[in-house]
Amino acid sequence: MSVEITISGECMTARITGDLDHHSCTQIRARIDAHLERHTPSLLILDMEGVPFMDSSGIGLIMGRLRVQKSCGGNLALKNTNLCLTKIVTLAGLSSLIIDKKHEGERVK
Amino acid sequence: MKTKNSMKLIFPSFSQNEYLARSCVCAFAAQCDPTVAELNDIRSAVSEAVTNAIVHGYGEGVGFVELSAKIDDELNLYIKIKDKGVGIEDVKKAMEPMFTTKPDEDRAGLGFAVMTAFMDRVTVRSSLGKGTTVTLRKKISSRQIK
Repeated sequence: MSVEITISGECMTARITGDLDHHSCTQIRARIDAHLERHTPSLLILDMEGVPFMDSSGIGLIMGRLRVQKSCGGNLALKNTNLCLTKIVTLAGLSSLIIDKKHEGERVK
Repeated sequence: MKTKNSMKLIFPSFSQNEYLARSCVCAFAAQCDPTVAELNDIRSAVSEAVTNAIVHGYGEGVGFVELSAKIDDELNLYIKIKDKGVGIEDVKKAMEPMFTTKPDEDRAGLGFAVMTAFMDRVTVRSSLGKGTTVTLRKKISSRQIK
């Protein structure tokens, strides 16, 4: 499990690697929040390419960071979510956060 | 219906065992030759139930989580997640989407919603001070047990 942070202008990207569950969320959240506080980007992108699995703890992490971003007038986006992640993000009503719609039209079964 | 195979795993309520629990059930379910989507659903539901036992059942304390699974001859997979933690006061309320007793810890309150959406049946039995048992059932599509 790891997070790699990249800052480019007003945009901060967090590339997460590993399963996103209750166990890993604590450390990932701490790392992202430390950078969020320092840089207050207008857009936070969570790049999920290296995340094979996520449960509702990951949804909690996304909702919490979205709340932080909104409170500073910023926004949050998700990219590279696999089918498993897309399904749970959709169930949580957060599919509008996904910026690359590569699974759109595919049956999220 | 006849039980074809079964397993049991007992582990302390450490969060690093969430991965162990869901991987173990998926490895067990693999003998039914499930689809990738079915396996993902099972992995998600088990992860939610085990996380609930650890986060809510035992909280700051440590206790044992008992995970058992069985497959019958009609490819029904039954999974039971049992803790001897604090129990749930109002199961109906706990199962409502977005309901959480720990909003400040970034809990989404979606655990039971995921279990219900991804499995065919979810049964919760709970007793205050005695613990909670969640039973999940999913029918694996068509193919025969190898």
